Amino acid sequence: MLVFLLRRLTQSVFVLIAMMVVVFFGVFMIGNPVDILISPDAPPAEIEATMARFGFDQPVHIQFLKFVGNALQGDLGRSFVHGESAVSLILSYMPATLELAMLGLIFSVAIGVPLGVYAGYKADRWQGRAIMTGSIFGFSLPNFWVGMLLILIFAVELQWLPSTGRGEAVEVLGLRLSIFTADGFQHMILPALTLALYKASLVTRLARAGTQEALMQDYVKFARAKGLSETRILMVHVLKNIMIPIITVLGLELGSMIAFAVVTETVFAWPGMGKLLIDSILTLDRPVIVAYLMMTVVIFIVINLIVDVVYTLLDPRVRVKGSAA
Amino acid sequence: MSVLDVRDLQTHFFTDAGVVKAVDKVSFSLGEGEVLGLVGESGSGKSVTGFSILRLVDAPGRVVGGQINFRGEDLAHLSDRGMRALRGNRIAMIFQDPMMTLNPVLRIETQMVEAVRAHDRVSHAAARDRAVQALAKVGIPSPEERLAAYPHQFSGGMRQRVAIAIALLNGPDLIVADEPTTALDVTIQSQILAEVQELARETGTALIWITHDLAVVAGLADKISVMYAGRIVESGPTDAVLAGPAHPYTQGLLGSIPGHGRRGERLTQIPGMAPNMARLPVGCAFAPRCTRATDACGAEAPSITDIGPGRALRCYHPTLPAEGVA
Ligand SMILES: Nc1ncnc2c1ncn2[C@@H]1O[C@H](COP(=O)(O)OP(=O)(O)OP(=O)(O)O)[C@@H](O)[C@H]1O
Ligand code: SF4
Ligand SMILES: [Mg+2]
Repeated sequence: MLVFLLRRLTQSVFVLIAMMVVVFFGVFMIGNPVDILISPDAPPAEIEATMARFGFDQPVHIQFLKFVGNALQGDLGRSFVHGESAVSLILSYMPATLELAMLGLIFSVAIGVPLGVYAGYKADRWQGRAIMTGSIFGFSLPNFWVGMLLILIFAVELQWLPSTGRGEAVEVLGLRLSIFTADGFQHMILPALTLALYKASLVTRLARAGTQEALMQDYVKFARAKGLSETRILMVHVLKNIMIPIITVLGLELGSMIAFAVVTETVFAWPGMGKLLIDSILTLDRPVIVAYLMMTVVIFIVINLIVDVVYTLLDPRVRVKGSAA
Repeated sequence: MSVLDVRDLQTHFFTDAGVVKAVDKVSFSLGEGEVLGLVGESGSGKSVTGFSILRLVDAPGRVVGGQINFRGEDLAHLSDRGMRALRGNRIAMIFQDPMMTLNPVLRIETQMVEAVRAHDRVSHAAARDRAVQALAKVGIPSPEERLAAYPHQFSGGMRQRVAIAIALLNGPDLIVADEPTTALDVTIQSQILAEVQELARETGTALIWITHDLAVVAGLADKISVMYAGRIVESGPTDAVLAGPAHPYTQGLLGSIPGHGRRGERLTQIPGMAPNMARLPVGCAFAPRCTRATDACGAEAPSITDIGPGRALRCYHPTLPAEGVA
C-alpha cells in the first residue's frame, strides 16, 4: 500500500511539472497582460516601468523559472483585477463549487444507481428499455439548456425553487456553505440537478451493465438457491459488486464536476470557481487563470489518489494483494 | 412416502438454433435418505435437471412439462414465494464450480447468516452459531475465525466445503449436488465424497449426486440413473447396474473406468462425439455411436421398458440377461 502510494505520488509530481509547462506557455500566448494593467495610451516610460515591476520584460524562460519558483512556495501570482493573491482568491470561491459538486454527485448516485439496477434487472422488458432511452437524453442534452429548462419550469412557472445565487450561507468549519441552511439548500437543488444529469445517465448505464453481468454469475444463482429474496439479491449481492466500478468512475468524474462546473455556475449565477474563471478570462486576469488551471490539476491528482485508496478498501481481493505488496 | 418424485420432466431451451430438449421426459424418485447418482457425459442435461427441480433454469430455458412432486406437492404449481421458502431450506443445491458460487465481495459470515435468516426468524447471533457448527461439520478448521474471511482467502476445496456447509445449514430433506468435486483434485475429491456420504446418512437427507464419472457414484449411490442427450437411458440399483449394465452407453461408461473390467484390458473410450442437442436424430440418440445399432434404432426412439426389480431401460437391443442382466 505504501509503495503503491509513493509510486502514485511520484507520478503526480511529473504530471504537475508537465502541467506547469503547458499552462504557463499556453496562457503566455494569449493577450498582453500589460494592456489590462495600464492604459495603452500611457507614456512608454510608465508602460515599461509596469512591465519591469511584473517581470514581463524578462526573457520567457526566466519568467517561467520565476513562475515555477513561486509556485513551489504556493504563490501563483496576484490577481490583476482583485489585487489579491490568486490562490486565496480561488480558495475563497472554492467551497461554493465543492458543495455544489458534492450534491450533484449525491444526486447522480441517488438517481442513477436505482434506475440502472432496475434497468439491468428488467433488461428485456419495456421498463429497462425506457430507462435506457431516457439516459440517452441525459447524455446528449447540453448543460446550459437543461439548466434553463429547469429554471423555466421550477423557478418561473411553478415558482417552487429559486434559480440564482447561493441563498443563505453559514460558516461551517471555517467554510461558507449553503447546504446547511434550508434556504441555501433550496438554491442548490436546481444547479446540482443540472450538474448531476449527465453523471446520473453515466451511472445508470454503468449500474445497468454491471447488474446484467452480475445477474449471470453463479453466485447470484447460488444466492437464489439459498432462498434469498430478489430484493436482497439485488440490494446486497449485486449492488456490492457493481459499486466498485461505479465509485471508481464517479470519483474520477468528481474532478471534472468541480473543474468544469463553469457552464452550470454561469447559468445559475452560482458564485463558484467556475464563474470566477469565466470572469477572469473575460478580463484577461492571467494569474487567476493560471492558478485555476494549476489547482484543477492538483484537485484531479488528489481525487484520483483518494479513489485508488477507497477502491482498495472496497474490494477485498485488491485489499489483500495490496497489503502483501 | 418418497421425498422427491419426478415424472416426465421436460426442460427446453428456446435458442436461435432451434429448441434444445435439454431434459426430455426424465423420471426418477428418491426416498428418505436415499442417494441417487445421476450420471452422463458433459451436455447430457444433468445440471439442467438439477436446476429444474429448484426452478432455477435461466432463460431461454423453461420447464415445459412433467411433474416435480416434493413431499407430495407439485413444485411446478407452487407460487414463487412458496418456491423460495423451499430453496435452501427443504431443498438445497451445491454447484459445480466452487470458485464461482460464493460472492467475492461478501464475507462468509454474511453469506451463511443470510441463508439461515431467509428461512428462520432467528437473531444474527443464533444464525452465526449455526454457521459455525455447519463449518465445523464439513471440516473447516477454526470456523469461528474463518467466518470473517472472504471467499478468495479459501482454496477451491475449502470453498466447496463452505458451499456444502451452506447447503446443510437448514437441515434440508434433499440436496442436489451438481458435480461438487469435479473441479477439485483427487484426494480432496474422495475426502469430500466420504464426508458428504456420512452427513447424508447421519441426517437422513436424500441426495442427488450428479457426476460424469460412474466410479464416483459406485460407492456412494443407492441407485443410478444414466443420462444421455436429455433422456435417462438406464436406471436401477447401483449394484445391479454396475454388475450387469444393459445399455450399450452404460457399458461404454463402465469400460472407460480404470480398474473396472478385467486386468490388463485396455480402457475403452466411447467412440464418436456427444450429440448436437439442437439436432438430435429421430430415433435413438445414441445410434450414431452404438455398435449394436440396427435400422429399427434409427427409425424411432426406444421407449422405457422394465427389465427387472427397479430397473428400467431405453434400448432395442440390450445386453442379454444371460450376459449378466437378471
Ligand atoms: N443457456 C443455455 N442455452 C441453450 N442451451 C443450453 C443452455 N444451458 C444448457 N443448454 C443445453 O442443455 C444441455 C444440457 O446442459 P447441462 O448443463 O445440463 O449439461 P451437464 O450434463 O450438466 O454437463 P456438464 O457435465 O458439462 O456440466 C446442453 O447440452 C445444452 O445444449
Ligand atoms: S436403441 Fe439401438 S442404437 Fe440405441 S442404444 Fe440401443 S442398440 Fe444402440
Ligand atoms: Mg453440469
